[in-house]
Amino acid sequence: MSPEKLVYQANQIARFFRSKPHAEGVAGVADHINKFWEPRIRRQFFELIDAGGKGFDELVLEAAPSIHRPAEEVA
Amino acid sequence: MSLIQETDYGTPASRAEKQVTLTVDGKAVTVPEGTSIMRASMQAGIEIPKLCATDMLDSFGSCRVCLVEIEGRNGTPASCTTPVGEGMVVKTKSDRLDAIRKGVMELYVSDHPRGFGEKAGTGASEFDHVISLVGLAENRYGVEGRNHVEAHGGIDGVAPGHGSLTIDYMVKDESNPYFTYDPSQCIVCSRCVRACAEVQGTFALTVEGRGFESRIVASMDENFIDSECVSCGACVQACPTDALREKAILEKGMPDRSVVTTCAYCGVGCNFKAEMKGDEVVRMMPYKAGKANHGHSCVKGRFAYGYASHPDRVLTPMVREKITDPWREATWEEALARAASEFKRIQAKYGRGSIGGITSSRCTDEETYLVQKLVRQGFGNNNVDTCARVCHSPTGYGLNTTLGTSAGTQDFDSVEAADVMLLVGANPTDAHPVFASRMKKRLREGAKIIVIDPRRIDLVRTPHVEAAYHLPIKPGTNVAILTGLAHVVVTEKLYDEAYIRAYCDWDAFEDWAAFVSEPRYSPEETARVCGLDDPELIRKAARLYATGGNGAIYYGLGVTEHSQGSTAVMGLANLAMATGNLGRNGVGVNPLRGQNNVQGSCDMGSFPHEFPGYRHIAIDPVRKIYEDLWGVKLDKEPGLRIPNMLDAAVDGTFKGIYIQGEDILQSDPDTKHVAAGLAAMECVVVHDLFLNETARYAHVFLPGSTFLEKDGTFINAERRINLVRKAIEPRARYADWEATQELARALGLDWNYTHPSEVMDEIAATTPTFAGVSFDLLDREGSVQWPCNEKAPLGTPVMHINGIVRGKGNFVRTEYIATDEKVGLRFPLLLTTGRILSQYNVGAQTRRTGNSAWHEEDRLEIHPHDAEDRGIRDGDWVRLSSRSGETTLRALVSERMAVGVVYTTFHHPSTQANVVTTEFSDWATSCPEYKVTAVQVSPSNGPSEWQLEYEDLSRRTRRMANVEAAE
Ligand code: SF4
Ligand code: SF4
Ligand code: FES
Repeated sequence: MSPEKLVYQANQIARFFRSKPHAEGVAGVADHINKFWEPRIRRQFFELIDAGGKGFDELVLEAAPSIHRPAEEVA
Repeated sequence: MSLIQETDYGTPASRAEKQVTLTVDGKAVTVPEGTSIMRASMQAGIEIPKLCATDMLDSFGSCRVCLVEIEGRNGTPASCTTPVGEGMVVKTKSDRLDAIRKGVMELYVSDHPRGFGEKAGTGASEFDHVISLVGLAENRYGVEGRNHVEAHGGIDGVAPGHGSLTIDYMVKDESNPYFTYDPSQCIVCSRCVRACAEVQGTFALTVEGRGFESRIVASMDENFIDSECVSCGACVQACPTDALREKAILEKGMPDRSVVTTCAYCGVGCNFKAEMKGDEVVRMMPYKAGKANHGHSCVKGRFAYGYASHPDRVLTPMVREKITDPWREATWEEALARAASEFKRIQAKYGRGSIGGITSSRCTDEETYLVQKLVRQGFGNNNVDTCARVCHSPTGYGLNTTLGTSAGTQDFDSVEAADVMLLVGANPTDAHPVFASRMKKRLREGAKIIVIDPRRIDLVRTPHVEAAYHLPIKPGTNVAILTGLAHVVVTEKLYDEAYIRAYCDWDAFEDWAAFVSEPRYSPEETARVCGLDDPELIRKAARLYATGGNGAIYYGLGVTEHSQGSTAVMGLANLAMATGNLGRNGVGVNPLRGQNNVQGSCDMGSFPHEFPGYRHIAIDPVRKIYEDLWGVKLDKEPGLRIPNMLDAAVDGTFKGIYIQGEDILQSDPDTKHVAAGLAAMECVVVHDLFLNETARYAHVFLPGSTFLEKDGTFINAERRINLVRKAIEPRARYADWEATQELARALGLDWNYTHPSEVMDEIAATTPTFAGVSFDLLDREGSVQWPCNEKAPLGTPVMHINGIVRGKGNFVRTEYIATDEKVGLRFPLLLTTGRILSQYNVGAQTRRTGNSAWHEEDRLEIHPHDAEDRGIRDGDWVRLSSRSGETTLRALVSERMAVGVVYTTFHHPSTQANVVTTEFSDWATSCPEYKVTAVQVSPSNGPSEWQLEYEDLSRRTRRMANVEAAE
């Protein structure tokens, strides 16, 4: 998926959790991404995060450490 | 197999508690107070002749053949209108009664064309039956009537003009594609008129004229097709003569056997008797014992089954190397082997995650279960998704977060106890017609309805129904209006504190209450955001819902198909919890599901992150259940959703897909993106009835089977598990579940199901909410609603009684966030999409039936003001463009639209409405935002470039090796 779309979708999630108390919001974003994002998408997510995380919502950046890094691809 | 005959008790059942005992012809019978003598007799096995009475309708008392004698009373009262009394002694047979009944029937017969029955009619109508029941042997008045002529010398008995007196003759109305109306056979019992009013709620029929002239007419004496008639067929079903009769029956004769099954169209899930003559279905007759429909249906379920025998159906598997090659017919063995070897090759080359599958909401639970099993067990990943993604996935997410179950809370019957209905983003008269009839009935009894919808849908105003309030909000502002309503409920203290304290998380409530009380959610602010003129309306609507008695929420795709779909669903649940409108009859939060088995396909683990019963794949003990049973290690990472699959395909990491009964190219948003994704794949296997749009990109085509050709279950919007029973053998050798099993075997899996009931047994054994379900139980009970297990052995009609499933109800803040799809200079109008009654979803089935009589093409509805600004007249070709693409269609200038909003359906492929919709989607579930697209509309003189290109591609990709594809 295009980086813009991925950033957009992550931020869309953050926008929902923004209205929660902060800690709950951070946990909510991480939990949501862990539950629903396929490893390939999370892999791409971390590539963007590792490259500086440009464009991501604050809440997404804060949630990133709690998001599971996908294992290496197994064929 | 024989023809199932349901008893007609003549009048509806009484619901009184008190029992009354009487004797009928010496037999004692005990019935609830208020029961008619006619019904009580029938219950005792004694049939009283009747013409104007039938148990779907209130009694009327006009025909006088049902007379009886009651000891101690004078005269001969009509048994259909006389209620039973304690100790009553009734006689249904005597010489006097015989004489009166014969006299009545003789008069009827003298004004009725005899001979029709033997010629073309059924000869088996109720009228014919009553004639023999009363033992009528002679007709002293002759058969030449004022409204018909007697059949003679090859002339049909209803043709006028061989010298007889036929001043009242009216020609047959054959305008409806499915039934005829022959006025000469009408006995003016008014059953049709009452069926149209009481059962269907359309009020299309009236009795016109008096005496011999009196006849039934549709609307203002129009042809049926031009009248308000919606072709539900209730009048045909009610008619005791052949005056209103199915064309199929007139052509093919009466059926000789039947099976009870479930409609495969919408989420109402009506039960039908599929009635057959030989190997052919000649009629679908709504089943009175059906718990979702109680003997009613709509035009689709009753009449639009012809697609099953349409010549476009592909009955032989086909294969091809490249999508630009012509199709080549193949054996099942060859096609399955090809699919299996391709899937294996792709996985070896690109990795385990490079293939996936899509389940269908049109297929059975068992079929859906098998496809997800194939993906998880066979493909070894979780790349399975369903078309429910594109409609109701936010329902699951939203209701699960707030209430703890991913389904509606009530049964349909619950509407009978509703005092206030809050209808949001749904148009039941078109999309869920049979349920809409129930709603209208309740509204006629005095319940109120609040409609929140950008369009002035029928329920805002239709005969005998007028909405208390209609809030025509701007598309995309559902969350704002729901939070605004909550603001009023909280600030005016209309909430039910006792309920909340008992059943909900009080802290969450307080947090939520503080949030919705913020001034930015005041009615004034809300009205501004939602484009409403009058903030008072919001106050009044909130007060009515909160304090008007039992408040029931019904909602549809207008809520879910938004970038905040899941949030809006939570907003609805918040309102219900806050007002204590949960956990009893007459209340609740009820999604009106689109397709027949949307609920089932979600329940069956079609989503890439969960097993059947909504259990996340990362939960170890749940995974273990399936690992033990299936003997493989299962992946605990979530799989790809449909849009992700397409993205991954474009990125080159997703290469193969098995699509059962779903046309993602036509039904999913942003057609160009879908097309690019499909084109990038190396093996697309399409398993469907027709060469659908998606099949243009397919390499293997497996023929599908219709619901008439298989056993299984569907689950409707009330969580009701309904049996689907095989009426005819699969026309293409395999029912869909068998084809999936064959594919699994070709991939080396050891599957040995011999009947779908065994699949259900596996589901029951592994899914707690289905633990008690089996085909035997369903056969016995007719249907049950899940959860069905030890605690609820016969299922659960109403959920959350004495406590919310989640434990404590969870209030969730619902912050309104405007969609990024905004109108501007280039695209100043908002497009919203939907469906109409006679067509279904992408129309693959309904377009191939007589239903096309009502909807030949998709039209763009536009307000007269917007039309005039653009120089567009009704019927003009217009170009509809968004930042995604453009298409052309014809305009329909209509006041139903608000200024600034346009509307279209997506039933016809050539329209390609989804070329225009964008990739925006629900934040939680990726459910596409079909309901809001910024567009421009301008005059045009022909198809768009994309449409032309598409037509061309379509021609090229549908070629057959020898024969041209039929289209
Ligand atoms: S088909 Fe239905 S809508 Fe039409 S006249 Fe008969 S009952 Fe009324
Ligand atoms: S389409 Fe829906 S309402 Fe119509 S008959 Fe089928 S299930 Fe019933
Ligand atoms: S059936 Fe009782 S009067 Fe017609």
